[in-house]
Amino acid sequence: MPFALLKYALSREHPDDPHFRWKPDLKKTYDVIIIGAGGHGLAAAYHLAKDHGITNIAVLEKGWLAGGNTARNTTIVRANYLTPEGVAFYKESVELFRTLSNELDINVMYSERGHFTLAHTDAAMRTARWRAEVNKHMGVNSEVIDAAEVKRICPTMNVTDDARYPILGALYHPPGAIARHDAVAWGYAKEAMKRGVEVHTQTEVKKILIENGRAIGVETNRGVIHAAKVMQAVAGSSSHVARMAGLRLPIKTIPLQACVSEPVKPILDQIVVSGSLHVYISQSARGEMVMGGATDPYGLYSSRSTLDFKESLMGHMLELFPFMGELRILRQWAGMADMTPDFSPVMGLTPVENYYIDAGWGTWGFKATPVCGKRMAECVATGRQPDLLKPFALSRFSTFDLVGEKGAASVGH
Amino acid sequence: MSGHSTGRIDKPGFGLLIDRTKPMSFTFDGRLFNGYHGDTIASALYGAGQVLLSRSFKYHRPRGALTMNGLDANTLVQVADEPNVRADLHPISSGLAVKSINHLGSLERDAFSVMDYFSRFLPVGFYYKTFFRPAGIWKYFERPIRIMAGLGTLDPRAEHKYYDKSYLFADVVVIGSGPAGLEAAIAAAEAGADTLLIEEMSELGGSLLYGRIGDSRDAADTLRRDLVAKARSLTNLTILTETVVSGLFTDGWVAAIGGNRLYKIRTREAIVAAGSFDQPIVFRNNDRPGILFATAAQRLMRLYGVRPGNRAVIATSNAFGYEAALDMLDAGGEVAAIVDLGTTSAPAVEAARARGIRIVNNATLVDAKGYLRVESIGVASITGHGKTSNVTDWITCDCVLISVGCSPALNLASHAGAKVVFDEALQMHRAVNPPVGVSLAGSAAGVWSPKLVATQAQATGAAAASRIKGEPAVGSPDITDHGAAAITHPYPIFKSGKGKEFIDFDEDLTVKDIINSVKDGYDDIQLVKRYSTAGLGPSQGRHANLNTIRVVGGVTGKPLEAIGTTTYRPPLVPEKFAHMAGRAFEPTRLTSMHRRHEELGAQFMTAGLWMRPAYYGAKDDAQRAIEDEVRAVRTAAGLIDVSTLGGLDVRGPDAAAFIDRMYTWAYEKQPVGRARYTLMTDMAGVVIDDGVACRLAPNHYYVTATTSGVDQVYRAMTWFNVQWKMDVDVANVTAAYSAVNLAGPKARAIVQSLATDIDFSKDAFPYMGVRTGTLAGIPVRILRVGFVGEAGYEIHCPAGYGEALWDTLMAAGKPHGLKPFGVEAQRILRLEKGHIIVGQDTDGLTNPIEAGMDWALAKKKAFYVGKRSIEMQAAKGITRKLVGFTVIDSSAPVPKECHLVIRGGQIVGRITSVVKSPTLGKVVGLAYLPLDMTDVGQRFEIRVDGVMVSAEVVPTPFYDPDNARQEL
Repeated sequence: MPFALLKYALSREHPDDPHFRWKPDLKKTYDVIIIGAGGHGLAAAYHLAKDHGITNIAVLEKGWLAGGNTARNTTIVRANYLTPEGVAFYKESVELFRTLSNELDINVMYSERGHFTLAHTDAAMRTARWRAEVNKHMGVNSEVIDAAEVKRICPTMNVTDDARYPILGALYHPPGAIARHDAVAWGYAKEAMKRGVEVHTQTEVKKILIENGRAIGVETNRGVIHAAKVMQAVAGSSSHVARMAGLRLPIKTIPLQACVSEPVKPILDQIVVSGSLHVYISQSARGEMVMGGATDPYGLYSSRSTLDFKESLMGHMLELFPFMGELRILRQWAGMADMTPDFSPVMGLTPVENYYIDAGWGTWGFKATPVCGKRMAECVATGRQPDLLKPFALSRFSTFDLVGEKGAASVGH
Repeated sequence: MSGHSTGRIDKPGFGLLIDRTKPMSFTFDGRLFNGYHGDTIASALYGAGQVLLSRSFKYHRPRGALTMNGLDANTLVQVADEPNVRADLHPISSGLAVKSINHLGSLERDAFSVMDYFSRFLPVGFYYKTFFRPAGIWKYFERPIRIMAGLGTLDPRAEHKYYDKSYLFADVVVIGSGPAGLEAAIAAAEAGADTLLIEEMSELGGSLLYGRIGDSRDAADTLRRDLVAKARSLTNLTILTETVVSGLFTDGWVAAIGGNRLYKIRTREAIVAAGSFDQPIVFRNNDRPGILFATAAQRLMRLYGVRPGNRAVIATSNAFGYEAALDMLDAGGEVAAIVDLGTTSAPAVEAARARGIRIVNNATLVDAKGYLRVESIGVASITGHGKTSNVTDWITCDCVLISVGCSPALNLASHAGAKVVFDEALQMHRAVNPPVGVSLAGSAAGVWSPKLVATQAQATGAAAASRIKGEPAVGSPDITDHGAAAITHPYPIFKSGKGKEFIDFDEDLTVKDIINSVKDGYDDIQLVKRYSTAGLGPSQGRHANLNTIRVVGGVTGKPLEAIGTTTYRPPLVPEKFAHMAGRAFEPTRLTSMHRRHEELGAQFMTAGLWMRPAYYGAKDDAQRAIEDEVRAVRTAAGLIDVSTLGGLDVRGPDAAAFIDRMYTWAYEKQPVGRARYTLMTDMAGVVIDDGVACRLAPNHYYVTATTSGVDQVYRAMTWFNVQWKMDVDVANVTAAYSAVNLAGPKARAIVQSLATDIDFSKDAFPYMGVRTGTLAGIPVRILRVGFVGEAGYEIHCPAGYGEALWDTLMAAGKPHGLKPFGVEAQRILRLEKGHIIVGQDTDGLTNPIEAGMDWALAKKKAFYVGKRSIEMQAAKGITRKLVGFTVIDSSAPVPKECHLVIRGGQIVGRITSVVKSPTLGKVVGLAYLPLDMTDVGQRFEIRVDGVMVSAEVVPTPFYDPDNARQEL
């Protein structure tokens, strides 16, 4: 039994060492206000405090800590993107994830499982090769493998010619991982709060105060607070919040649904994604199958669940894993995906001075949490767009310098 | 099986669901057990004295049935390849082999039960606090933790069994057939609504099947018989039993599961009469087998004729506990004591007293002895909120029946959008503001007293029916049952300081765990749930949420209504993957000529939903077959089935103007009888499809689209048509037409050999001409277009003639050396000709200028979709261009599509198409290159599987650059 648990075993009372020390009151001014206490906002606060010595920060959250998309994603981490810009960015994220448990002193259960992007068509095989070539060039471990190799690595998968959409091969990305999403956000919150950052939940931003083209603070349901800099990190509500700052974002918000099964003993080690079949699946440390599919066919600001989602998902899931028929779905839910035209995020400076944006994450915000937090903190602290974020600037949409990542989407969107 | 303190009750009024004339035997962990037809696994085991059913998730503590209604995780077993089967719902059958799960060794002697002693090492959230230093160590801990977690086992060899779906329609759906459901359904049906009543059990009646009205079992039974008889007599009331509603969705679907079928139900009104969930009492060792809800005991006795023990202790805070005590006596058992957490007064209390039962008021259970089954129970008087005296009175017993409160089943109403709030007066949650078309009846609506239930449920049913008819409602369903406040004890949680008092049985969470979650800073109920995992197990918090909220309230000092509750998520009960998949019907589209391709030995490939011939011949001879097909097209003629190409009929006075707005080129002045290339871009100017537009009449265009692109093109057209409000109709006629492309130097001779009213001579039917007429008696639309670079005819005909057209052309072509060719040969042929394939030679950002398609952009047109974006990009200047190339050294490895062009260690370009051309005898392809590398003759390096291969930019088309052959 690891020693860390001894203090719990040896003390009569539960040690008084809370992860979070909540402050009841809002101050009148802060150096930085971060709107949104999800993984991204909390990571940015942590890095502002740790790397840049800025600790007079308020992270404001309309709901509860990390209760938005941070709580709703399916926890996959990978760097097998399509564009060199995207690969470089996510490669740094994977590197940060690998040491995150130690960094944050909480077990985020980062588990490298190996990640398949299955190809059922020639077109998918071509895209797989494209991604593999770019990945390898950037030092990211990805290979195109054939169907026999898929079967060898994941023997329970149905890799037969008589499937409706036979598997031709796959992009295999051994570093592909899963992590405990909540623990990531809690770890950032804990370490940020330890350094003096305040996190205020149930605190909704109603207005962004702008004077002479500069952000100077926000009005909340608990009063007005001022700050030298304001950053938004509110996946699923990005357009709404940005509009308060007078910004129009090229974002369409679409529900993305997911579900988990009842826990069963380990039977699937890898993360399996099929774009043609619109499914992805991995098995959590608890034994649940964590599954999702394509985004919903229409835009909507509602995290309602639908029946069609499960029907379509399971029809295809059983083609890949016919033996899962008797397994049961325990729970389904939805998150909100902010889709940009080029399927890449928006990070950094905005036309509003001292207002910084972190948005447009579509279906892959969780996996960027550490790198986005680190680089957004750098951006906010220095007032300059870091090199790694330059391709992802908001201005790219008016200059057509897009970063086309549609081909790296897990499933259809 | 004798010697155990349980057994069958051989008295009338017990065992309603079992047929004692049909005994059957089954095995549990290899041991033979007997039961009756109608028994569940759990009831039969209980009846045979096997109370122990499972081991718990974390501590591997012994567990037995809790609800007898499929609502807890204690009864999960494995049946053949089916994991996590609810033993208290699953019927027995002869020879059924049942296995217990989650233990090492045997169920009775589980080696993993040592975990119980290590619990000091396993504080709440323990896995967040360790297993990560030094870095990388988690991977060594993860595997054993994964093995310890998980419940049942999946067999990877298990087969996909038969499941299907059925669609039902009703004016009113009533969920649950307890007294409220029956009354509501009858009222709705009597008011004229087509009503569907759905019940999970095999018999209607809900609590009337096993419960009492006041102290009378007869009254409940009589009411049940009356209501059921009435329900069955109504012809517009359909009854579905052994079916459970698992979800009520905001888009109106009601999902119900019965047997191997998913019912998808459309209804105008849904009435949730799903009853309520019993809530446990929390004390040390409150999880011992033999401790179960009073309703579970009543179900065992009345439904299955099984007495839960010989000597019971009842812990209660309401009349229901006393009623269960009377049942226990009637079943021939003994009641050692009723421990009343307060001082209940009800007819059943008097009846119990009259029958000499010892009643201990203002007292609670504080401890239990016994391991595999409860042997005695510790009772102490209550001295305050959650506090007891330290004097414990031990009472010997072999079962403990719990009735200390309920939590209404609000899940379905919540799925549909109702808000769930805590009602301090009732000490229960309530659903408020359910959406239009959703109402609640009975205890789900906070109404319990039998008389009020009848009134409220009838009004609810009638109101639903009158809404459907648009009539004013008679009687209001808004009824407050003040008596219900006496049902749920406000704080049935008694922490002793030693041992384990369970709040969540599924997840093995104790009071201490919840308190410590808050101490660790996780003070929001949502965070408590996620940090402690309370409510995340198979019963999804049905028996844990309320007590969790109470404990959090106790620690934080917040009132319960301020704490809120975690969100109810579908499904209400777990659904098998196979139920959702059904028959997993995945359509396959075959062209009208498919049979002929099969006869010719085609190898097929998937193209969206379609199957298309890749080539004709044996798999191991593919290369030669494909090259033969290419040669035939270049030297004689080839025939390819292009029925999968999209076809759209665009008709109306604005047809030309509409096409002009949808596509980049100019169409308004296009003459009738001519085809013109079409290029579609999206609003960002990205190329998304191509084809040709044929003007068949001034107001009629026939537009082709790519096989994979037609659905998106059709969607775009209809979407823009709605926006623009033009006088035009768009029809997707893809499936209505079959088509072939007849190409090659002999193509004209072949069509001319057939009877036709079309003049195929070169001048009469030039390249890019379109004709309608007949060919060998088949009505056809013929396009003189050439994707493969030879003279050719794309012949479209109504799909019903497809096979005849194929046969006619094959026969006519035989003397000319005609061969069928597939997609693989077509890919080579088109690449030799330098034609692009949208989606292969374009990517998610390609604009027409980069793709070398600027010739297809109408400069003078005021508008087309994407024009503004393309012009902005043109003004800014592009950075890459699609060019033709050839590999210089013919012995170098052949590049593959998507290999990268490298310059100075940087990625600067990409190969999109490449082939070793059989016609040209060299490798040719298309690649994106930076603008400063696109001059003909410039050389560049391609990284081919790690080797650098030199290539050179060459002009396209590679084959027949002067286009002499296609215009022959």
